[in-house]
Amino acid sequence: MKIFYFALIREHIGTSSETIDLPAGIDTVEALLTNLESKGYKYKAAFAQRDLIRVAVNNEYVGRDHKISAGDEIAIFPPMTGG
Amino acid sequence: MRISVQAQDFEITDEINMLKGTRTDLGAIATFTGLVRDIHGENKISKMTLEHFPAMAVKELTKIGAQAKKRWPLEGLTIIHRYGELYPGDQIVLVITTSHHREAAFEAAQFIMDWLKTDAPFWKKEETENGTQWVAAKSDDDRKKDRWK
Repeated sequence: MKIFYFALIREHIGTSSETIDLPAGIDTVEALLTNLESKGYKYKAAFAQRDLIRVAVNNEYVGRDHKISAGDEIAIFPPMTGG
Repeated sequence: MRISVQAQDFEITDEINMLKGTRTDLGAIATFTGLVRDIHGENKISKMTLEHFPAMAVKELTKIGAQAKKRWPLEGLTIIHRYGELYPGDQIVLVITTSHHREAAFEAAQFIMDWLKTDAPFWKKEETENGTQWVAAKSDDDRKKDRWK
């Protein structure tokens, strides 16, 4: 599974993308966030304001209960500040 | 509908002329231009970097534009959003709406900006004398968007 990070989240994690093997039993966005958060202090810092984080799966915004599978592309980012 | 996500600057007059052409039926053209300010709270800003998500930026702006066209009788619509390194005074975003009457043009432009603020994947980072920081989203922006529901 490919995951992309943006802005402050990208800086905390230290990379703009990574490929992971989706762990067994992780089948929603919420579960994935929890799983990533357990990977260490960088992820914990990146997800500090977890409630505000936006997630897109295959370039569509989705909610936390959205089902994910190994072939999905996930994008994780802070609230937008364009305009 | 013209949607562009670009690093280079835009020329407002050219963009207006592109929508207007030789048409004589348009009663209203509304434009909104967002600029980089040199001050944010107490901090003096020397530079702003706009990060974006290329795979979704045009797509989301197109969706917002389509929503506006559904709600208001627009004759033409242009949305341009820049990314990259910008400096105080630089243009960031342009919205132009044309219609037979002004209400539609004004309201649609405002609607587009309100939605763009929370749904277009762009992030601002400011360089100030006190260091560099990502701009925090305003909860106010969600309220502004919600008024169109």
